[in-house]
Amino acid sequence: MPRQLLRDGRIVADDWTYLTEAGNAAAPGSAHSSNAIILTFDQWLSDKPRWFAAPERLGVILSPIQKVEQLAPDLSRFDLVGADFPGPGEGRGYTQGRLLRERYGWRGELRATGYVRRDQVFFLARCGFNSFELPDGDLQVAAGALSTFTARYQPSNDLGLALKLQHR
Amino acid sequence: MYRYDSMDKTLVDERVAQFRDQTRRFLNGELNDDEFRHLRLRNGLYIQRHAPMLRVAIPYGLLSSGQLRTLGGIARRYDRGYGHFTTRQNIQYNWPKLAEVPDILAELASMEMHAIQTSGNCIRNVTSDHLAGVTPNELEDPRPWCEIIRQWSTFHPEFTYLPRKFKIAVTGAPQDRAASLVHDVGVHIVRGPKGELGFEILAGGGLGRTPIIGQVVREFLPREHLLSYLEAVLRVYNLEGRRDNLTKARIKILVKSLGIEEFRRRVEAEWESIRGGGLTVNEAEVARMRGFFNPPAYRQLVNTDPAAGKDAAFRAWYRYNTAEHKVPGYRVVYVSLKKPGVAPGDATDAQMELIANLSDRYSFGEVRVTHTQNLLLADVEQQSAFELWQTLDGAGLATPNIGTLTDMICCPGLDFCSLANAGSIDVAKLINERFDDYDYVYDLGELDVKMSGCMNACGHHHVGNIGILGVDKGGEEWYQITIGGAAGADASLGSVIGPSVAKDEVAETIARLLDVYVEQRRPDERFLDTVRRLGVKPFKERVYAAPVAA
Repeated sequence: MPRQLLRDGRIVADDWTYLTEAGNAAAPGSAHSSNAIILTFDQWLSDKPRWFAAPERLGVILSPIQKVEQLAPDLSRFDLVGADFPGPGEGRGYTQGRLLRERYGWRGELRATGYVRRDQVFFLARCGFNSFELPDGDLQVAAGALSTFTARYQPSNDLGLALKLQHR
Repeated sequence: MYRYDSMDKTLVDERVAQFRDQTRRFLNGELNDDEFRHLRLRNGLYIQRHAPMLRVAIPYGLLSSGQLRTLGGIARRYDRGYGHFTTRQNIQYNWPKLAEVPDILAELASMEMHAIQTSGNCIRNVTSDHLAGVTPNELEDPRPWCEIIRQWSTFHPEFTYLPRKFKIAVTGAPQDRAASLVHDVGVHIVRGPKGELGFEILAGGGLGRTPIIGQVVREFLPREHLLSYLEAVLRVYNLEGRRDNLTKARIKILVKSLGIEEFRRRVEAEWESIRGGGLTVNEAEVARMRGFFNPPAYRQLVNTDPAAGKDAAFRAWYRYNTAEHKVPGYRVVYVSLKKPGVAPGDATDAQMELIANLSDRYSFGEVRVTHTQNLLLADVEQQSAFELWQTLDGAGLATPNIGTLTDMICCPGLDFCSLANAGSIDVAKLINERFDDYDYVYDLGELDVKMSGCMNACGHHHVGNIGILGVDKGGEEWYQITIGGAAGADASLGSVIGPSVAKDEVAETIARLLDVYVEQRRPDERFLDTVRRLGVKPFKERVYAAPVAA
């Protein structure tokens, strides 16, 4: 069954395939089942010229220690950018998300992957994330969790959130 | 004081609903221990030695009488009839039932209180000078800025999962009564080159395993940039702070490893790209916040001497437990929570309700919590002092010891805390029993004794003039003694005098330290200054010269 995720507040089937899922044969431009491939940032860096020229749509996931600044010059090649959350205490992706949206003007899909649960999606959305890979139990209720709070104190990037604009 | 509007109210109500749901999911097995830990810690809930411990936020230590009454009622109905005021100007309950915590939070929300971000790796309750707004030589009341920081930091989406906890203290007077030099960030209201008010920003201070005095990141920050600058500091910390080692994750370690110059360069570079944006604090917002902290309706009075002609007990209390007020005819009154035999900082439900009533009667219905774990009535008419003292005395709240040896700071220790190595409350008791002669205690003058049950240093032992740290030695409770620490504007870290001592030797060790002081001090010299002048050596020699008789 294809992976499902929450995107723009709706549960949808994922139309992206991770390079690792596409199998070892997958290489830039080679024949494989998907035309939308998500790379790790390391995979992108290790074969950048060929991926640049490949026909597929590309996404890239940053690990917490990777710098948005380093990805920024290549953003135009991508249709999806994501941040990985290896565990429940990880917090660097929140800053990565805001930098992508606010400093580098990223308008495409911004995905949270790894340890992502309903309790985080409100904060992630406020940092600019609009798609979330969630475990099944959380997927069904996460759209509701986007409105955990209906007001906020900070000006920030609330893409996809229906907050009352009560900032003072 | 700050009053909630509909937006603040909505947020705390929604938090209660969220936490109720999280607790339900934990209790029915949908969340495992570790998952729930990350959630409950953002709501002040620890699982402790005996039961959960719930820490309730008291923003910058300010309470209305109604809020204090509510805290007393919660102590009675959900706990064992008392609460513990902390060095972060908060209150902790040691015996709530997990399933009832959502109900406690709902009661708090109904009185404009919460437990949001009182624990966990996030921005904690902002603390401040307990004499804010009433002390004579303040540049500006820091509390409007505290509230501005409170709101900005509450549910800040980017800084909800920091490498480690993050504490901010704000002061507006030359004396530092908020220990701001040992905070992750210290904010000092200062005058700029043209005489305008702005902020000095410090970072990288902290206690715990690696005590460090904070360093200046920026000498003068124009006031409108406070939040964008703090955001830049937090962003650098969130990305660069260590997450691989819990004991190296505080910002102090980052500042130390980068060096203050490189840390400053990174913060300033980040700030350059966000300054002037949506976080700019405009004058209208400052004025709106100031409006919440306008002085109360003081009467036109003149200064008097209420102690004149009164008995010695009142005179001692008036001298030690009250302080100068900037308005003639008024006095600041400390309510001592350091009665011998009672755990420092503890207050019963009845005491809380009594103090709430007294604040309505004598101090415009407001009460403050000091970081030294006492309460304070900030605006008492001098002519009411005697009457107030009589009532406080009758309730065990007038121990005349503020700022003296027996006004100890003390963490809950082994009796309550799952982190502690050693008891602290019973050591406080032993010290109180040993030094029960007030003439002697008064003769010693200003003396800060601070005690922590473990390296986490909740009792701020490093910055005690005398610091006591509980250590575990082969399963036994021992105590390491430091001298020469200070928490104020001239903050310093204490030096260890030598090998740790057994519990029944702590009081005698302190007595020996004080003997050296009494013999060697110059006229009007404080203990701290004598230690600074002489160094540790003469104190150390005296303490270890002869074994302590059991």
